[in-house]
Amino acid sequence: MRRHFVAAAMAVGVALGTGLAAQPAAAQQHLRIALREDPDILDPTLARTYVGRIVFASLCDKLFDINEQLEVVPMLATGYRWENPTTLIITLREGVRFHDGERMDAEAVVYSLNRHASFQGSFRRSELTGIEKVEAVDPLTVRITLRAPSAAFLSVLTDRSGMILSPRAAEAAGRDFGLRPVCAGPFRFVERVAQSRIVVERFADYWNPSVIHLDRITYLPIPDNNARIANVQSGAVEFAERMEPDHVEMVARNNRLRVVQVPELGYQGITYNLNNGPRAQTPFGQNPRVREAFELAIDRAAINQVVYSGAYTPTAQAVPPANPFHVRDFQPEARNVARARQLLREAGVQTPVRVELTVPNNPDLRQVGEVIQAMVREAGFELRINAMEFASSLQASTRGEFETFLLGWSGRVDPDGNIYTFVHSRGPANDGRYSNPEADRLLDAARVELDADRRRALYAELNQVSLRQDRARMYLWHRKNIFIHSTRLQGYVPVPDGMIRVQGLRLN
Amino acid sequence: MGIWLLRRVGQIIPTLLILSVMIFGLQQLMPGDPALILAGEERGDEQVLAQIRAELRLDRSLPEQYWAWITRVIQGDFGFSWRIRVPVSELILEKLPVTFQLGAMAFIIAVLIGVPLGILSAVRKDQPADWAANGAALFGISMPNFWLGILMILLFSVQLGWLPPSGYVPLTEDPWQSLATTIMPAFVLGTGVAGVLMRHTRAAMLGAMSQDYVRTARAKGLRERVVVWKHALRNALIPVVTLGTIEFGRLLSGAVLTEQIFSIPGFGKLVVDAVFNRDYPVVQGVVLATALIFVLLSLLADILYMAINPRLRRA
Repeated sequence: MRRHFVAAAMAVGVALGTGLAAQPAAAQQHLRIALREDPDILDPTLARTYVGRIVFASLCDKLFDINEQLEVVPMLATGYRWENPTTLIITLREGVRFHDGERMDAEAVVYSLNRHASFQGSFRRSELTGIEKVEAVDPLTVRITLRAPSAAFLSVLTDRSGMILSPRAAEAAGRDFGLRPVCAGPFRFVERVAQSRIVVERFADYWNPSVIHLDRITYLPIPDNNARIANVQSGAVEFAERMEPDHVEMVARNNRLRVVQVPELGYQGITYNLNNGPRAQTPFGQNPRVREAFELAIDRAAINQVVYSGAYTPTAQAVPPANPFHVRDFQPEARNVARARQLLREAGVQTPVRVELTVPNNPDLRQVGEVIQAMVREAGFELRINAMEFASSLQASTRGEFETFLLGWSGRVDPDGNIYTFVHSRGPANDGRYSNPEADRLLDAARVELDADRRRALYAELNQVSLRQDRARMYLWHRKNIFIHSTRLQGYVPVPDGMIRVQGLRLN
Repeated sequence: MGIWLLRRVGQIIPTLLILSVMIFGLQQLMPGDPALILAGEERGDEQVLAQIRAELRLDRSLPEQYWAWITRVIQGDFGFSWRIRVPVSELILEKLPVTFQLGAMAFIIAVLIGVPLGILSAVRKDQPADWAANGAALFGISMPNFWLGILMILLFSVQLGWLPPSGYVPLTEDPWQSLATTIMPAFVLGTGVAGVLMRHTRAAMLGAMSQDYVRTARAKGLRERVVVWKHALRNALIPVVTLGTIEFGRLLSGAVLTEQIFSIPGFGKLVVDAVFNRDYPVVQGVVLATALIFVLLSLLADILYMAINPRLRRA
């Protein structure tokens, strides 16, 4: 009897093993992508999250896109020209259809841009605030008139602000458009089960069918890092995005997996509270020498090595090396504890200087805080780490309830998107309330300067003023987007914005 | 019996109302402004923040906000998720069967392991079988869910490739795949409860075995199997049923970590994500629904008492 039971149990085990195991989606070209978070609403006007943009890459084509060199390339547009510094003429691709069969034309572009700019609750409004009017010149030509010249405007149209929606579907759905988005991308929306999956399938009437080889894509939010890596290792998904540096070594010997590392557009840095409420009224907040001493006590490369196995790129500026506006000769200063101590003596402050570092409560960022704590102690700082849950830390930052704040930024293609809002005295994300008229002047000038060399020179000057002279904030490193995918997947082209472009992807 | 039941059901309404005030009030104590979270990268723009607050009525007074919420809830409208704009009732109805399936499977596993082990342990008190059962219970109670979960994923998914490492397939869509996706999380979830059930069954059985009626039954010459199963176990099961229903409720609301590790889109994951995103309508809706489940389960426990123990029916 007992023997029979054991045999039966083994049979069930074999059945489970053969019948229920993770089955590769072989027959059809079905790509499964593990996402780090569950996206928010799938409406390009109302969406806010980075992860949502990854899903939009298959659903909603944009007027323009960026390539690996961060150059603006045509997508739904075929080209553009500046009629004068405030008038942009965009020509559109012919024969493009939305998922509902409607024609994508100049009227649809006018509708979409106006919706992004003025729809109640739009998160694109601040990006498009410079638009004075948008007009359809003819069915395939759009004229956009800006209030002032803008060097960054074209890059705005390479992201959600440049996504064109079906006017008929958007009008019919109103605020619920994101529940069933209808755009002109290579895949059309099939279903979404919150926190479980988003499914899209190939759109038969896509304007560029020759580059689309997949039939279906399922996006699976798997926030736990260990679970995400297990999924890609077991073959339950073919692609996992935003993995951690320690995963790289973990899968290095697995010949069925490939690791792709792409430098990001953003940065990790420390915001200083200089003028936001009483917490700024400390020697640290009021004296640039103290902040210089703090920065000189920190060895970015060593932290990067200890916490991230050296995967990231130490930096002293907001713009990553791959960006044409990166200032090559503006590099991090070498750690110099003796000089840091001397600066504190010159500043006449009592040591140890007490400083609090607010850190979002992630294991790696806490570890970064601890290494910084040990480093600056040698120079005469007593750093207290205040680990906070993310939502609470955002509130504390906005209200000035911090002294220093370790925070990252996902980054934008144009340098303005990485600097202006954080550094300009009227910048909406300038939580430390840094204010210097000279820095403002340089930022305003860089915003409208259309010549690339002159613009780079303005940012170089800004770095000297805001970072070397005023020590307004500190940049630590540019992270890397780490992707792990099955070797069955071919044709993936990594772009620094971290999006997974579906054009050219194929499963062998 | 009928009047008793009516009285018990009558008590549920004020309980839920008091709970709703507590849920709403406690949530307000959470630090972190929902408007800031919802604004995302536009959080520095006061215009955007004001717009969000007005749209979600966050600029009204707390009593006004509570009144607006509770009057809608009474009419069956739980509002919509601020993050993904899906109605909360739809989310609850979508997630409840998932967590219920997971909880039910975990509970069955727990009962199948915990109760027999508890009986064995009591009958073979201070013998090797008792020690082994106690060791197993200790393992079940003290093993952290996330750790056991990761070990199981590594073994059964990555190494052996037998089971999918995460995700969920509804029973109605594909029963085999549904079983495959939930068996590991159910086992992980069930082990802790199995340990608790085993300890309680053992204690209750030991108590029952020392009662006079058991001695009388033995003195009558009944076989030991009949004494244990028919006389001792039936009495010992009363506290175990109470505990079982409470534990089942706990399974439904406490599957948070397990759902996170196995990416099961259930109740626990829903509420945790909602808390982190300050998605108040979802938090309120889910916690209230969970409270209702608990209240109903405790009512069920009372009814089960009566079924098991006839003396309570006459009391």
